[in-house]
Amino acid sequence: MSLRKKQNIMGWLFLAPGVILILCLSFYPAIQALMLSFKTGTGTNMQWCGLHNYMRIFQDKVFRQSIKNCLLYLIIQVPIMLILGMILASILNKPNLKFKGLFRTAIFLPCATSLVAYAIIFRSLFATDGFINAILMKLGILEHGYNFLSHPTSARIVIIIALIWRWTGYNMVFYLAGLQNIEYSIYEAARIDGANLFQTFFRITIPLLKPTILLTVIMSTNGTLQLFDESVNLTMGGPANASISMSHYIYNKAFQGVPNFGYTSAMSFVILIMVAILALLQMKVGDKRD
Amino acid sequence: MKKKIIAFLLTITMVISLVACGQSSDGSGEKSTSGNSSDGGDKTLTVWAWDKAFNIYAMQEAEKIYQKENPDFKLNIVEVAWDDMQTQLGTILSSGDYSQLPDILLMQDFAYQKYIMTYGDLFQDLTNSGIDFSQFSEGKVANSVADGKNYGVPFDNGTEIAAYRTDILEQAGYTIEDLTDITWDRFIEIGKDVLDKTGYSLFSSQAASADILMQMIQSAGGSIWKEDGTPYFVDNEILKESIKVYKELVDTGVMARTNSWDEYIATFTSGKTLGAINGCWIMASIETAKDQSGLWNVTNMPALPGISTATNYASQGGATWGITSNCKNTELAIDFLNKTFAGSKELYDTILPSSGAIATWTPAGESEVYAEPQEFYGGEPVFQLITEFATKTPVFNTGIYYTEANDAIAVAATNVCAGADIDSELKTAEETVSFNMGN
Repeated sequence: MSLRKKQNIMGWLFLAPGVILILCLSFYPAIQALMLSFKTGTGTNMQWCGLHNYMRIFQDKVFRQSIKNCLLYLIIQVPIMLILGMILASILNKPNLKFKGLFRTAIFLPCATSLVAYAIIFRSLFATDGFINAILMKLGILEHGYNFLSHPTSARIVIIIALIWRWTGYNMVFYLAGLQNIEYSIYEAARIDGANLFQTFFRITIPLLKPTILLTVIMSTNGTLQLFDESVNLTMGGPANASISMSHYIYNKAFQGVPNFGYTSAMSFVILIMVAILALLQMKVGDKRD
Repeated sequence: MKKKIIAFLLTITMVISLVACGQSSDGSGEKSTSGNSSDGGDKTLTVWAWDKAFNIYAMQEAEKIYQKENPDFKLNIVEVAWDDMQTQLGTILSSGDYSQLPDILLMQDFAYQKYIMTYGDLFQDLTNSGIDFSQFSEGKVANSVADGKNYGVPFDNGTEIAAYRTDILEQAGYTIEDLTDITWDRFIEIGKDVLDKTGYSLFSSQAASADILMQMIQSAGGSIWKEDGTPYFVDNEILKESIKVYKELVDTGVMARTNSWDEYIATFTSGKTLGAINGCWIMASIETAKDQSGLWNVTNMPALPGISTATNYASQGGATWGITSNCKNTELAIDFLNKTFAGSKELYDTILPSSGAIATWTPAGESEVYAEPQEFYGGEPVFQLITEFATKTPVFNTGIYYTEANDAIAVAATNVCAGADIDSELKTAEETVSFNMGN
C-alpha cells in the first residue's frame, strides 16, 4: 500500500464516526420527515397524498403571517446585530484598550444563558408591572404601565431587542477572531497614508472581514428563520399571532391541537428551502473572489 | 519505548474511564426514566399529572388510602406540565414505541376525544372493568366515552366560580350579593365604579386564550360547532355577544389582560385584580395567598345580557384519569382507581377542603365536608355552593378541534379589541378552523 493510500484510509477512518453519527441522527430522520411530508392524516392514521400538503401551505393564512414575522425579524434584527457586533469587535480589538478581557466576557456572556431562561426574564422585564415600565414611569415618560407584549408592534420590537441582546456578543466573537487575522501593519500603513477612522473601517476592516461577515450573515439568517424559543416563551406568539415564528406555528400544529405530522413536516421543509435559497443568494453575493 | 508504554497505559485508563462513565450514566438513566411503566410482578404504577397543589396531591392521598389495604403498593408520580405532556404523547405515540408511556395519566377533558380519535390505542377500554360509571355525573363521563366505550375515570369538576376579595369590594361599597346572579352589563357598571374608587380591576384573563369567552358561550347554552361538527362562528349570536362583552371588559379596564399564566396568577394573589373567574380548581391558586385568608368569597359568574338562554353557570377544565395501553398491570391499576377515585368517600373528604377538588363521583357529594364552613372564604360553605352550581351548568360540546377553535377565537377577540370588525374577524376565525380541520 502506498503512503498516499494509507493516509487516505486513515483519513476516512477518522471521519467515519462523525459521518456515521450524522447519517443516523440527522440525515435518516430528515429523509423520514421528507416522506412524512407526502402523507396526511391525524395522529398515526396517515395516507399518501402526494404534494397536497405543499399546496395546502399556500392557503394557510397563519403560516403566511409567521413567514412575514420571521422575514421582519430577519430584515431588521440581523443588520442591527451584525453592525453592532462589528463595531464592538473593532473597539475591543484596539491594542491600547484596558480591561479588554472583562468587556469581552461581559458582551459574550448573554450567549451562555439558556434560551428559555432569558426569554422568560425578558417577558417579566417587559410585563405591565415589570422593570422597564417601572423605570419609564419613574422617569415620567409614561403615566401608566404600557402592556408591551399585547401590542403587535411593541411585541415584535421586544423580540428584536431580546435577540440583539442574546446574539450580538456571539457574532462579535467571530469578528474578533477575524480581526486578529488582519495584520496591524496594514492599519499603520493606512494611517501614514492619511486615512481617517471611517476610511480604515470601510476600506480595510470590512473587505478583509468579508469571509467572516458572510459566515455570520448565513448563520443569523438560518437562526432567525428557525426562531422558536423567543416566540414561545417571550410573547407566546401573541398578540393574535402578530409575533409568531414559523417554527412556533409548526410546533403548535404538531403538538397543541389535533396533530397532522404530515402537514407540519411539509412546513418544516418549506423553512429548509427558504434557508437554502437565502444562503445560496448570500454566498453568490458575498463570495466574489477576485 | 518508555514513552510508548506510558501512552499505552494512558489510553487504557481513558478507555476504561469512558466505559465506566457510560455504564454509570446508563444505570442512573434507568432509574430516572420517568415514563417506564411497571412490569407484571412489581406493585408500582407510574402516573403523569401536572398540578402539585391539586391533582398530584390528590393522587398522593389516593396512594395513601390504597396502601392501607395493599401495603406494598406504590405510585411513582411524575409532574408533567400539560403542554409538555402533549408534546411527549405526540412523540411517543407517533414513534409507536409505547414503552415510554406511564401506567396512568391525567388528561384534560377537552383533549380526551382528540386523543381517542387520533390514537385509538392510547387508552385501555374500561367499559367492563367493574368500575361503576353510573355513579359519575353524566356530562362528565361523556368526555371520555367514544362509540359507547369508556376510556377514563373522571376526576375533578371544573365548575365555574367567581371569587372576589370582599374587603376591597366593601371599600367601594359593594357586597358579594351585588355580584351574584347579575349580567355582564351590571358587572361592567360595578367594575367601572370599583376601578375608580379602589384602582382594582375585577378579574383578569390570559390574552392568548379564549377560555373566558368559551365560558360565556357555555353559560348561555351556546355552541361553537354546528350539528355536523363544522365550526359555527359566523352569525353565532352568542359568540358575537360574548366578544362584544369581552371588548367592553378590556376597554373599560374591568378585566385586566395578562400575557402568561404566572402573570395571571399574580394579578389576584399580589393585588392588581380583586377577583378571579375560572374553574373552581383556581381556588388552589387563590389559597396560596395565605395572608388573604378570610377575605375571599365565592359566587356565580355573570350572565350574557340579551340572550334568552343565558345562565350564570359554566365549567372550565376538569380532567380524567386514563389507563394507557402500556400498563402491564391493568388489574392493579383498575382496582386502584376503582377503590379510590371511583369508590372512596374518604379520599374526596380529604382532598376537597385542602385543594378544592370538587368530585364528579356522586356519592362524594353527600359528604358532610361539603357543608363545612371554609375559613379562607369568610366562613362560608363554598363547596356546597359550587356543587349546586354544577347541577345547573349547561352542557357544552368542546369537540375534537377545541384547541384550534380556542386559538382562532382568541385571535379574533384580540383583533376586535384592537379595533377590527367583529363579523369579518369571526369569518376569518371560522376559515382558520375549517382549514385546520381539513387534511
